[in-house]
Amino acid sequence: MSTPPPPAEPRTPTSPAGAAVDRLAVVAAGGQVPAEIHERVRQTPAVLEIDHFNLWYGTKQALHSITMPIPHGKVTALVGPSGCGKSTLLRSVNRLNDLVPSVRISGEMRLNGDPIYDKRMDVIELRKRMGMVFQRPNPFPMSIYENVVYALRIDGESRRAVLDEVCERSLRGAALWDEVKDRLGESALGLSGGQQQRLCIARAIAAEPEVLLLDEPCSALDPIATGKVEDLIQELRGLYSVLIVTHNMQQASRSSDYTAFMYLGRLIEYGPTTDIFTKPVLRETEAYVTGRFG
Amino acid sequence: MSSDPFRRGRRSTHAALAAHGEAWVWLTGGCLALALAMIIGLLGYIVSEGVATFWPKPLESIELADGRRVLGEETERDKAPDGSGRRLIRTANFELTGKHFEWFADGEVKATTRPAEATVVERLEGGRFHGFPSRLLHGGEVIAAGSKEAWRAFGEHHPFVRRRWRQAWRIDKVDRGVLQRKLRAARLAVVRAELAGGPESPARAAAVEAEKGVAAAVEAEERALDGRTAELRAGNEGWGLEFTTAAGETVLLPLAEIVRAWQPNRLSLRERLGVYVSRWGEFLGDDPREANSAGGVFPAIWGTIAMTLIMALLVAPFGVLAALYLREYASRGPLTAAVRIAINNLAGVPSIVYGAFGLGFFCYVLGGSIDELLFRPALVADGQPTFGTGGLLWASLTLALLTLPVVIVATEEALSAVPNSMREGSYACGASKWQTIRRIVLPRALPGIMTGLILAMARGAGEVAPLMLVGVKKLALDLPIDGTFPFVHPEREFMHLAYLIYDVGFQSPNSQAAKPMVFTITFLLVAIIALLNVAAIWIRGRLRRRYVSQQF
Repeated sequence: MSTPPPPAEPRTPTSPAGAAVDRLAVVAAGGQVPAEIHERVRQTPAVLEIDHFNLWYGTKQALHSITMPIPHGKVTALVGPSGCGKSTLLRSVNRLNDLVPSVRISGEMRLNGDPIYDKRMDVIELRKRMGMVFQRPNPFPMSIYENVVYALRIDGESRRAVLDEVCERSLRGAALWDEVKDRLGESALGLSGGQQQRLCIARAIAAEPEVLLLDEPCSALDPIATGKVEDLIQELRGLYSVLIVTHNMQQASRSSDYTAFMYLGRLIEYGPTTDIFTKPVLRETEAYVTGRFG
Repeated sequence: MSSDPFRRGRRSTHAALAAHGEAWVWLTGGCLALALAMIIGLLGYIVSEGVATFWPKPLESIELADGRRVLGEETERDKAPDGSGRRLIRTANFELTGKHFEWFADGEVKATTRPAEATVVERLEGGRFHGFPSRLLHGGEVIAAGSKEAWRAFGEHHPFVRRRWRQAWRIDKVDRGVLQRKLRAARLAVVRAELAGGPESPARAAAVEAEKGVAAAVEAEERALDGRTAELRAGNEGWGLEFTTAAGETVLLPLAEIVRAWQPNRLSLRERLGVYVSRWGEFLGDDPREANSAGGVFPAIWGTIAMTLIMALLVAPFGVLAALYLREYASRGPLTAAVRIAINNLAGVPSIVYGAFGLGFFCYVLGGSIDELLFRPALVADGQPTFGTGGLLWASLTLALLTLPVVIVATEEALSAVPNSMREGSYACGASKWQTIRRIVLPRALPGIMTGLILAMARGAGEVAPLMLVGVKKLALDLPIDGTFPFVHPEREFMHLAYLIYDVGFQSPNSQAAKPMVFTITFLLVAIIALLNVAAIWIRGRLRRRYVSQQF
């Protein structure tokens, strides 16, 4: 919503609105359709480039030739029905899928130009350049303070002043500082669910990540906690490049700059959030974002 | 379920019972109740018998139909095969009658009284003595005559005699031991010099000179100690308490031989408690005497606790690391499954097999090699192995091996209970696998690992069979951890409560008298295991509060 809609929307000639072919039916039948990527997505420099990326769980293909640039400094939302591969795509970005034994991939991803799946890429160094927040809050069994500075601790940082500063900055960044500043030494497991999730966000931004990956960060929270986390995502906008997976259309439309619609492992349409929600190129996208299907 | 009331009435009672499921509640609850009854019954029996052992029971003077008189404690009462009642009386006075206990049929007994002056005497040797005090003697002199007077005078003088006896005993046990060790160290130095440089080397000559010096010094000290013990013993010489037995014989007991004496028939409750506490104190704090059937079990308590703790220290890191590899690093496959099955099967191997393995491998192979490498002088000088025989270290290691499956299985369970989301969260922060395990997985799994350790400790502390092969002895008064350098003596043989149960209960020459001791030792062993467990459970509770409790 940070970018106002341009007066004249350039529409690609390959798929005029109201085309006869139903792309979702083609995809469901196992076919491949070209992704509808709006020109304006490419106008912002990309922090992360996904390039013809395929992924298989054993013999089952979960991602089909995904190609999408993630704009720098913006919030990009991944939406789509359950099982469409949003979370898989997110977990491929920081190579968490490496932990699943049966996963195979092809294609490429680049973080600020560095190939993520290159043989010479150190996975641990790669993950230190990203932060990730999961569906369920997963604070570590240690104090609030130690949770926040975890990424620095494992890097061997032990100067108290540095850690203190990072802890305060991250907790302020996650809008949690005022609530916990007097009990930093207490166990993080004693916090409420919403506080735990904001703590996880603080932990993710502590190491100044180049990309912040949020995997349905509000799905396990009550409405009030959800509201606080959404406000927080608004505040992170512009400070970090955020890639967020969500089921919630309101959340996507409220808090993201760009939205990508995925279906059964394919990227269907990708463009500025305002366009996707108000005048999408494809009627399939329109049907999904208005809740008529999915 | 239908809402129609008429249809409900037609349903069979059988169906209703099954549908309510009450039968299952009764079945499950009944099983639990049965298990509880057995556990509580067993523990209750052990506790009630064990606690009663040291309570002073009344002494009965029994007049028999044939004119005999005996003085004793009733220990059992049952029916003879012909249906008449009979009693087992602890008559004591073994040196006079040749027996400690005797059965009397009710028909034989003419009269039973409880005379106030009847006295129980616990002696250093020869079992108990029952009789009536008549005179207290010192040298040839009568200090007090008459039952009451003699008893009063005994109470006055006995503590001093006893104190002198203890001092002499301490000199013999501790001070002379120090001298012997000095002498032995000097002798070993000679052997060491000979092994290093040959029989003609100047180092050996110097060592021989040093040994001579040490021997002279030790001899001088020995003479000084001899003087002191002789003085203490001379102080006790001549003190004696003369008793008349129920049969009318006169017996003089040296005061130094009397551990304690009481007149149970006229003790007030407070005095009774005093005797009770004092006997418990001796039991917990003293060395055993009379082939372990009397006195204390302190070395066994010490040995049990030391062995259990060392075992826990050995098995914990070993088992946890093995489980970590199995759960976190090993790839899932037939080989891993086979290893897991093998570990579970290890838990079913008879414990005596572990004992045989411990003796063959730890004692003879490992211990033998250590002796060859490090204790060669001792081997040459005494022809005695140091580590090459049973000892605390080998016993602990054997039991660690025995309890390893328990720890591995429990640790694996605990590791698999750590939520994957925590691991992923840590990886996403850029942590390596080992960092994740060390900082996230292990702390979180620690309470579960403690549970395994608690089970292992309970299992290990109650084992007897393997210990008999790898270092537990009937009598070993030198403690494995004591005040002499280097304080921990892992090579020493030791005593163990569980073995003591077997030894006192089934190997004792006076098994009837030892029976109550068996209960008391069992009670003590159960109490110690319970205490160790309570401590471990307390630690686990703290860890759980710190690492696991999740609020939602």
